[in-house]
Amino acid sequence: MTAITRVRRVEVSGGVGESPLRPDGVPKLRGEFDYASDLWSEGMLWGATTRSPHPHARVVSVDIAPALAIGGVHAVLTAGDVPGRPVFGLEHPDQPVLASEVVRYWGEPVAIVAAEDEDTARAAAAAVRVEYEELEPLIDPEAADAVDSVFRRMRIRRGDQSADGPVVVEGYYEVGTQDQAPLGTEAGLAVPDGQGGVDLYATSQFVHVDHEQVVASLGIPEDQVRAHPTGIGGAFGAREDVNLHIHLCMLALHTGQPVKMVYRRSESFTGHVHRHPARMWYRHEADDDGRLVRVEAKILIDGGAYASTTAAVLANACYFAVGPYRCDSVSVDGTGAKTNNPPCGAMRGFGAVQVCFAYETQMDRLAERLGLDPLEVRRRNGLATGDRMPTTGQLIETPLPVSEVIDSLLSMPMPDEASGVSGLPGGSGLTTEAENVTRGVGYALGIKNLGFSEGADDYAQARVRLTEQGAVVETAAIEVGQGLVAVLAQIVRSVLGVSSAEVRHVDTSRIGSAGSSSASRQTQMSGGAAYEAARRLRQRILDGHDGDELDDRGVHRAGRLVMPMSRLAAEGWEETVTFRHPPTTETDEDGQGSPHADFAVAGHRAVVEVDSELGLVRVIRVDTAQDVGKAINPESVRGQIEGGILQGVGLAVMEELIIEGGRMKNPNFTDYLLPTILDAPDVEALLLEQEGSWGPFGAKGVGEPPTISSTAAVVAAIRDATGRALVRVPVRPEDIAL
Amino acid sequence: MMVSFTLNGSAVTARVQHPVSLLDVLRDELDLRGSKGACHQGECGSCSIMLDGELVCSCLVMAADAEGSEVVTIEGLSPADGLSPVQEAMHRAGAVQCGFCTPGIVVAAAELFDRNPRPTNTEIREALAGNICRCTGYSAIVRALESLAGHSA
Repeated sequence: MTAITRVRRVEVSGGVGESPLRPDGVPKLRGEFDYASDLWSEGMLWGATTRSPHPHARVVSVDIAPALAIGGVHAVLTAGDVPGRPVFGLEHPDQPVLASEVVRYWGEPVAIVAAEDEDTARAAAAAVRVEYEELEPLIDPEAADAVDSVFRRMRIRRGDQSADGPVVVEGYYEVGTQDQAPLGTEAGLAVPDGQGGVDLYATSQFVHVDHEQVVASLGIPEDQVRAHPTGIGGAFGAREDVNLHIHLCMLALHTGQPVKMVYRRSESFTGHVHRHPARMWYRHEADDDGRLVRVEAKILIDGGAYASTTAAVLANACYFAVGPYRCDSVSVDGTGAKTNNPPCGAMRGFGAVQVCFAYETQMDRLAERLGLDPLEVRRRNGLATGDRMPTTGQLIETPLPVSEVIDSLLSMPMPDEASGVSGLPGGSGLTTEAENVTRGVGYALGIKNLGFSEGADDYAQARVRLTEQGAVVETAAIEVGQGLVAVLAQIVRSVLGVSSAEVRHVDTSRIGSAGSSSASRQTQMSGGAAYEAARRLRQRILDGHDGDELDDRGVHRAGRLVMPMSRLAAEGWEETVTFRHPPTTETDEDGQGSPHADFAVAGHRAVVEVDSELGLVRVIRVDTAQDVGKAINPESVRGQIEGGILQGVGLAVMEELIIEGGRMKNPNFTDYLLPTILDAPDVEALLLEQEGSWGPFGAKGVGEPPTISSTAAVVAAIRDATGRALVRVPVRPEDIAL
Repeated sequence: MMVSFTLNGSAVTARVQHPVSLLDVLRDELDLRGSKGACHQGECGSCSIMLDGELVCSCLVMAADAEGSEVVTIEGLSPADGLSPVQEAMHRAGAVQCGFCTPGIVVAAAELFDRNPRPTNTEIREALAGNICRCTGYSAIVRALESLAGHSA
């Protein structure tokens, strides 16, 4: 592992702990920022995709002639035209680039076309004549489990399996399918270089893994493909998997012209993976004081038709199945089913969200059974540094402020009893009469790993150069909106001692992998690489000039400037570092081991107002305390918290992709409901800064914890208001009113 | 057919071959790609523009219906250099993350402040109810516009 050698923070403007203005703010606010969908190239063609209208069918024949006959169509490609590996996949290549003999989900790509304009391309895609012989789709994950159609099974056994306690709560819980719904849809531009290679500018969270898959399926040498980090309109997990990337490169190389493709919203819903729907059975046994004696869980998630990250999502669901609580007797069985539903994969929280809804409901029921306050039962069981994870037995070495999260939630003031008109369920439309409204309060805590797990070689490379304009951080780490573009510069300023620093995204040929902008990992991983590169660079510069201080003016020795910045920059200083977090291990056949590099906890208190007659819910307020290690940029941390909470609120009360018979019923923004500004609660956040052991300046990842327990807290609050059991999310009006 | 209208103060003429939205014409024919397409059914507000002084989703306006009208886009609302007061307030409040919704929100907020320089929290929320932001949870946007309205955030 390349760890950080800790150094004193240099006092410098725009450094760590401040919230400097985002460098991409001005172009984004002026409408001048280039997203993948805004890219344009002289003489470019437009691409479009022919997709399966069936969730499961044999492809009898594909006739491209009607599409080719349309004027302006330059290419129609099918499975036989894939020059290299016919399949792709983030962790396991099992998904056809273009389906050949069988289609396994509704919306699976069968053919791709390139034409002179977007409408012609879409018309041509619709004109490809595919004859299907429909097959029975496997759509029930329990039926898939029964016939062993699975991507992975997990088994965790820890401690005495015969342990039992006098207080037992048992429950069955369900989580519906959530979509990331990033505002920018999948888009990209592939530009052939005229020498058999191609430059790809497409929506992504991880360009090096796109590059790997594109190269494999094109069957050309690695250096012939360059994947460029490109402006994207949000991600939340939806951009980890390849979708249009290989297609764009195939069309560009086939036609010799640049090809652009932009999914429309309904196509975007079929073009990326979703949060796994889950069915979970739990049994908690506790002693009379509410201390957990045994937790048993059975977890079934539906991975859909192809592997994507189902294996890792299932592992997370199982490893975090007990939550941030001590328990020495644990049994978890997990299954990631393989069905003919649309593929599921990464979404913010990555398996930890689904189980949190279940275990936190169980904790509330335990508290109710014992007549304890919900936070008191959590306090009695809360994990702390030095404990072992209840599932894997891993020793928790990182600061884990569970009790501080609980104290913080208790310290935060409650909102006034009286809400304004706009606070009522149904909003200012006056659907609800104030006297019909009941207020409820609910709490939930969640825990998740940070970074890649289970023995993955998780690393990030970054380069720091000194130029006449100041320090430049080169990276392939994707800015998805989270603010990495500010955070990396702040870290470098505070380590190098130079106030001028900017982040430049470079393509896969010019720097090593930064890993994915996912798993809450880039502040720690790319931040760690930038930190260590800046530290080494500073040391080398000082050593090279026998100096004792480096700042914007240059190198100083005993208070005297000995090397001005302009001459220093001309010397061409740079340092490239590949950073690795502490190694993790795979687990054994009982799920025991040390699979995680770090953990973070957060807690939420939700306040809701419910019209039980109409089944309407207004989430008034969600307060939170979150373990952040060190807030490198407090405003960005707050942005992650506020945005993450609203996605959790969405899953609690409105967001569900409805899939019937393998077909999506609501793949559009009219029918897939996203929280608007009128649905957004007020949020107060306390950032708990107990420095972590290996991130830069003690930083921990912050992106996912806000989304993990906010859902459970909102549902607990609705239960408090209504007395309903509410074992499924999203909670629908009929779940309350009927 | 050709469609002529005033775009950000200048007369323009665009070629419209078939039924197409004003958004597509702005982006693909007139090279103004600040207005974004995210849902193409008037739900998200990313394509918000001013059409004859009215805030509209340009994805729901047929390009042919823009004939003779006055269109102002995010490009027209942005000063030649720097940021407008709405943009500046959003920048300072950290109200931009991925930024895809941002141009539409700037247009909608500018329309609000034009007719109501001191909107309340409720008025701000109602004015932006047609703009979906997936990143920020809206809190920073509300803080930005409350501070612009002279309210303490």
